[in-house]
Amino acid sequence: MERKTKVYAAEGTQDLDITREFDLPLELLFKAYTEAEIVTQWMGTRVLQMESRPQGAYRFETTDADGNVLFSAHGVIHDCVPERSITRTFEMANTSFPAQLEFLEFEALPGGRSKLHIHIVYRSAEDRANALRLPFAHGISMAHDRLQEIVAKLT
Amino acid sequence: MNLRRDVFQAIADPTRRAILLLLAGQSMTAGAIAANFDTARPTVSRHLQILTECELLSQEQNGREVHYHLNLHKMKEIADFIEPFRTMWDERFNKLEAIMKNYTPKK
Repeated sequence: MERKTKVYAAEGTQDLDITREFDLPLELLFKAYTEAEIVTQWMGTRVLQMESRPQGAYRFETTDADGNVLFSAHGVIHDCVPERSITRTFEMANTSFPAQLEFLEFEALPGGRSKLHIHIVYRSAEDRANALRLPFAHGISMAHDRLQEIVAKLT
Repeated sequence: MNLRRDVFQAIADPTRRAILLLLAGQSMTAGAIAANFDTARPTVSRHLQILTECELLSQEQNGREVHYHLNLHKMKEIADFIEPFRTMWDERFNKLEAIMKNYTPKK
């Protein structure tokens, strides 16, 4: 399968870049990031709060069938320019991972396509390494099971 | 042994991912870990054994207690971790794309 998502992490830095082109118009890509009921579907976590505006905030929480909290994360939205950019923090609760700063840039491409560039700044190079080592913790998305569920619904 | 493949198998299970997340903040005894799950204690022990075998966790004897802690440093260099991280985001974004292709605005 084509590798649509690209991740760059230069050696010895505390930054990370993620880029992805979507076969979606800019408007829909931006909506997928700012509306709680859509974020919850693709992130695979409950969205308790999603205020997509300057000085807004968001909160995610995933619980198992018995109500135990498996994942809890939150951040503040420093700035939000519709269909252009979001600047926000991200921090997982109850872990030793410090907050990270995220710059999201949304861009329209010809032919009804769009592009997302996420620039993440970690507290230190070591914190970046730890975050990369825990892809399952970063969003504990239950990616595989959730993907199957959603695809099953679509077909 | 293919450490990396084993690591992927280890993290494919949601309970094991939850154990790793639990241990991201602190080291814990098997009993304290099991208290966080409704699963039977032997099942939790089996998960701990798998995670220890693939070197994601290590055990430390502390008096009469055995503490489990995350063993991030034994894992490979950063470049090796970009691929699983990238795959996670790729899956997430594929999902986003599929959802938005079927999106109909509410009126």
